[in-house]
Amino acid sequence: MTSAIPAKTTTASPAEAGPRLEAGSGNGNRTKTGRAPKQYSDRTRAERRLGWILAGPAFIIMLLVTLYPILQAIYESLFRFRLTAPDERAFIGLENYLVILSDPVWWSGLWTTVFITVVTVLVELVLGFALALVMHKALKSVRGLLRTAILVPYGIITVVSAFAWFYAFDINSGYVNSWFAWLPGIDENLNWFAQGPTALFVIMASEIWKTTPFISLLLLAGLAQVPDELSEAAKVDGATWWEQMRKVIIPNMKAAIMVAVLFRALDAFRIFDNVFIMTNGAYGTEVLSLLAYRQSISRLEIGLGSAVSVLLFLCVLLICFVAIKLFKVDLAGTQGGK
Amino acid sequence: MTNTSTRNKVLWAIATILVLVYALFPVASILATSFKSPSDLTSGKFLPSSGTATTSNYEQILVGDAQGLFLSALRNSIGISLIATFIAVVLATLCAYAIARLDFPGKKLILTTALAVSIFPVISIVTPLFNLWRTIGLYDTWLGLIIPYLSLTLPISIWTLAAFFRQIPWELEQAAQVDGATTWQAFRKAIVPLALPGVFTTAIIAFFIAWNDFVYGISLTSTEAARPVPAALAFFTGASQFESPTGAISAAAIIVTIPVVLLVLLFQRQIVSGLTSGAVKG
Repeated sequence: MTSAIPAKTTTASPAEAGPRLEAGSGNGNRTKTGRAPKQYSDRTRAERRLGWILAGPAFIIMLLVTLYPILQAIYESLFRFRLTAPDERAFIGLENYLVILSDPVWWSGLWTTVFITVVTVLVELVLGFALALVMHKALKSVRGLLRTAILVPYGIITVVSAFAWFYAFDINSGYVNSWFAWLPGIDENLNWFAQGPTALFVIMASEIWKTTPFISLLLLAGLAQVPDELSEAAKVDGATWWEQMRKVIIPNMKAAIMVAVLFRALDAFRIFDNVFIMTNGAYGTEVLSLLAYRQSISRLEIGLGSAVSVLLFLCVLLICFVAIKLFKVDLAGTQGGK
Repeated sequence: MTNTSTRNKVLWAIATILVLVYALFPVASILATSFKSPSDLTSGKFLPSSGTATTSNYEQILVGDAQGLFLSALRNSIGISLIATFIAVVLATLCAYAIARLDFPGKKLILTTALAVSIFPVISIVTPLFNLWRTIGLYDTWLGLIIPYLSLTLPISIWTLAAFFRQIPWELEQAAQVDGATTWQAFRKAIVPLALPGVFTTAIIAFFIAWNDFVYGISLTSTEAARPVPAALAFFTGASQFESPTGAISAAAIIVTIPVVLLVLLFQRQIVSGLTSGAVKG
């Protein structure tokens, strides 16, 4: 199945070693119709050139649209620079960073973002796992129906999801207050978006609803890779459902769980749309992305905004680093590395 | 025995209904809101009060005063998303073909870069682009959105397609050539039919992502010239300052959800396999 792909892509060093590589690359090179061995050197070189001709444009564009802007942001972050006062632009070193890091707004934004990330990912993991189990065990007749239904939140626009949840809870146009008035603390005068905790609740509900399908599909793929014999054997040995889960299924799909959690965590950390639509950052719901947006786009403080962007980027790097080093999440490995 | 199987069936029916309610309730909610008349919005009920259901919200955005605002945003969204998807899929197809088929140094670098780009915080790119686009005149243009959209659509397209292409039995090409086909015929008759579903699936996923964008949409546009629907919705105000835009926004939200629902209905199997093969081992 994978005959065309030599596994050891990194062993060949980019340095042009010319004919010396002949023997090494020969065994990985089974894709084309066989030719005389003496042509390998030319063919290897031609193949490498073709490889980069085909892959190069995508690679360069990816670098241009991300690497360039982040370098630019790092550069801009060292200046005092407001678009409305371009003449006052001045190099100030790390002062923007000092301003931000000594401002409680940054820290409350950071904690709000971390809080949203942790809560949504945990809830999504449990909910997504339950959905994956249902889809995994579902009868053939309803499987397609379930998958179709679950893809609707995945495909829907986040802003639309935000409005749907916002209008349902809104004090004027909503119906949640009248539906759940029997619960303590909820009555027709409850304005969900007038204080932090309740606003965060709705923001996270919308986020969870929209992104759980993605995590559950990743977990479903992980579930499918657990050999059926294992859980059968456990069942024969008298293991309860919960024991099968805990001792057989979950350990065997640890890699899938880790990848799903990391992807979602990084995605949740960038949360923007839901907050923008529902509260626009009021009442302690300001998240880091919104803070960066407000600095650069609304206030045109390019220097400060760039510094926030760079700090946000560093946070994402830190999450990745922790996940890969501490939890040994092998992204490249799980993503079809062979 | 029959007892447990009946009980099982009931349990499955309940599970299925729960999943359906979970997935579709918010959509139903905004659909119901989109048919409410302005005076009925504050009724505190889920459905429009009986007899008052109206299509006036749809009329307002499709043929009424909000028409210019919504239809131009819709045109922008469709055009920009389709172009960004097309470019990403073409580039990613070439790239993924090279990764799956050819032996060249730097494959891992390309895949790692794609991964890094896909986890990049969008807002970090927006500030420098905002500044640059204003300087070189790309601010508030289609191209000014298509370029950054590639940072969203390219990485996932490369991963998904590379996973798809790795599963193609490329020996078929040789087999066809042995049977007397030319190189081009072999490629076209043996490989293209196998590769096409993967390319198509990738295009759907990339389109969803471009269609969903909000951050670039609000940051890099300012007028109807390029503002896509999600951004237009956020800045939508009522016909007058005293009229709430709730109904019109709900109607617009339903209209932009229709393509999503259609694609999902038609291609759920492919989308699921595309999403999972790109992210977990293919």
